[in-house]
Amino acid sequence: MKRVEKVFGRGIVAAAALFAMAGAAGLAQAQETLKIGLLASLEGPFAAPGQDGMRGADLALKEKKGMAGGKKIEFVKVSSDATPDKAVNSTRKAVEQDKVQIMIGPLSGDEGIAVKNYAKTQPNVTFINGSAGAQAATLQDPAPNFYRFNTEGAQWMVGLGEHALSKGYKRTFLIAEDYGFPYSQVQGFMASYCAKGGKVVDKAWVPLGTKDYASVIAKIPKNVDALVVVLGGSDAVNFLTQYEQAGGDKPMIGGSITVDQTVLNFKGKRRESLLGTASAGPMADSIDTPEWKKFVADYKASFKDGFPSPSLFAYLYYINTKATLDALDAVKGDLSNNQKAYREALQKTNFKGPAGDVKIDANRNGVGTTYITEVTKAPDGSFYNKVVKSVPNISQTLGLSEAEFKKMGMGTRDVPDCRT
Amino acid sequence: MSAAQWRRAMKSGGSMPAQEARVTALPRAVASPSQPAEPPPAHGELPRWLGRLLRPVRWRHVLVALLVLVYPFVASPFFTFQIGAQSLALGLIALSLTFLGGYGGMVSLAQMTVAGFAAYVVAIVGSSSNTAISLGWPWWLAVIVALALATLFSAAVGWLSVRTEGIYTIMITLAVGVAFFYLAQQNYTLFNGFQGFSKLAAPTVFGLDLREPVPFYLLTLGCSVAGYFFIKHLIRAPFGVALQGIRDNPRRMQALGFDVTAHRVAAYAVSGFLAAVGGVLLVWYNGRISPGTLGIGAMINILIIAVLGGMKHPIGAFIGAIVFVLLQNFAIDLVDRERFNLVIGGVFLAIVLFSPDGLLGLWHRLRTRLGAPFPTRGSGRIHQ
Repeated sequence: MKRVEKVFGRGIVAAAALFAMAGAAGLAQAQETLKIGLLASLEGPFAAPGQDGMRGADLALKEKKGMAGGKKIEFVKVSSDATPDKAVNSTRKAVEQDKVQIMIGPLSGDEGIAVKNYAKTQPNVTFINGSAGAQAATLQDPAPNFYRFNTEGAQWMVGLGEHALSKGYKRTFLIAEDYGFPYSQVQGFMASYCAKGGKVVDKAWVPLGTKDYASVIAKIPKNVDALVVVLGGSDAVNFLTQYEQAGGDKPMIGGSITVDQTVLNFKGKRRESLLGTASAGPMADSIDTPEWKKFVADYKASFKDGFPSPSLFAYLYYINTKATLDALDAVKGDLSNNQKAYREALQKTNFKGPAGDVKIDANRNGVGTTYITEVTKAPDGSFYNKVVKSVPNISQTLGLSEAEFKKMGMGTRDVPDCRT
Repeated sequence: MSAAQWRRAMKSGGSMPAQEARVTALPRAVASPSQPAEPPPAHGELPRWLGRLLRPVRWRHVLVALLVLVYPFVASPFFTFQIGAQSLALGLIALSLTFLGGYGGMVSLAQMTVAGFAAYVVAIVGSSSNTAISLGWPWWLAVIVALALATLFSAAVGWLSVRTEGIYTIMITLAVGVAFFYLAQQNYTLFNGFQGFSKLAAPTVFGLDLREPVPFYLLTLGCSVAGYFFIKHLIRAPFGVALQGIRDNPRRMQALGFDVTAHRVAAYAVSGFLAAVGGVLLVWYNGRISPGTLGIGAMINILIIAVLGGMKHPIGAFIGAIVFVLLQNFAIDLVDRERFNLVIGGVFLAIVLFSPDGLLGLWHRLRTRLGAPFPTRGSGRIHQ
């Protein structure tokens, strides 16, 4: 019995010591530090993009030397695995447990919608998007304290339809992954493409992570001018390889993540045929402005383990974090009165980002530039996306009037439709 | 009269070690003849049914009950909701696996699938953001239908897999789980594909909003406690004893005239019911259901929780769930942001390495090492 008591006693002492240490640590942190939550996917299929997103946020903070609004900024980093459940759990941990007053994130579309819904239950905290690009997050039932300084999936494809028509692609066949983000991308493309007389004769929606495209390739009609391929990562590589093996020779139009650097570097004969593939997005590898060049140089200097050039996610997290910190500077770190002044400053935020102006509309959604690009060969033999055109000031109505956009509705598997 | 007083009154008949040494693995019918020998409670007659109900209650149960009841009133809403309620809901699903694996000898990976099935039924027949699919039935009807269908579903999974053993059961249930995951992800007419359903928050009952942390915590607590005592009771009832017999030697049980297949399918149905309750709680907790919730990772998490806690006693599932949820939430604070999964994996490895019986086994061994005063609490107690 004595031994039990001894162990028990020691346990109590140890626990008390732990508590004391935790308390002391807590006090030490309380000196004029502002905690900002930062959520990105560090697990699951988007682990690499999530890591790069965090690099973008870190870069924005580094530029300000870790200070904003006269306070030291500390990131409370949390992670998700690209599922909405985990994203909300992690956000809740940062908000309710770590008591952050501003929350940046998440990374992917459905997560963004889930976090927006959670934001409604926390009116005293301001939520700023990371890189999520689902239309619904700000367009449908928006939360008054959820801000998104980046443009979304549909906006990223505006202008690509006209470009495809100008290249003579009047009839196309669409292959896309079957979830929210590609729906938005397809809508962004088709809204203008269909209006100007293009026809998407059929759509093949494939599940995320499809490895075998044989049945889809067999379905491609002979009489189309081009394929619209909205696939990402390994799905895109798998499709391109199999299409090549099947002897396919139609030109392609890609989504925002279809012909990015991860795909352009794959090996194979078909790679040559990617030359000239048009795609569109909120940034491009070869934007020819001093702001973009400085951003790339800063990124390369700060992160030796990063990509050769900042990814889409690094860029989006960067502009959202920069907007967060700029607004804090504008109100001198004043978050009192339920962050009223801070949110007004956020609404007025307007700066020249690496890839064009960053500002938001009345729904707190980004209005920005979309770049139409084409795959080009650099002198050293590597492939990159060359900017052929930039379309400024794209709003969430995709260049249509509000009524016209409402008539079309949100993008789904069957909306919009222009088969014949 | 409190449960503790009742216990004291009950124990006054015999000395404490004798009570503790009672072979609890024996069926109830054997243990009960000793009951009439005990004197009636000192103050007033207690109904017999209540007495029988309170018989398995021990002082440590009362202590734990006090702790978990006081917990939501001292903890922050975050700890009440995200740590407390989530642990209990996951623990309930893991408990169904503990029952099936620990007492039936059938390790099923499909418990999360059954839970997810119940969650999907709640979304489909109840009301959700997707008005085109959801039928909009009242929540209580949706829950009843969900529990019933999920129990049937689990029995069907059992019927498919009971003819196999060991690793083949794992493979078949894994196949069922993965098949259901892909069905949910690719079927748009019923399951709404990748996006699933949202706006599935807990209902308001008699003016009490179950979405609030404390009521929701108490709801999950109530379900978990009921599940825990249900299993405690079941494993001593003739059915449970027969199931353990089948686990240990199915051929002998068959020779004795037991229908092995029927017992196993029934065990799947019972575990399916528990998992379904956990699934309904989980869908209310998340407020949404999509294929990711019941993917392969989630299926394996349930196995991890059960193994982590220990499968030799129903409480192991809940202990495992608490440790799992705490690790998931706080491992990221301990180490470098990009490597926190290493901590989670490391802790799991360490626990399984040092104690194949999970945390319960660890606790048990610690007690035997310190345990000169409790010689009777040997291995017999934990192997209920």
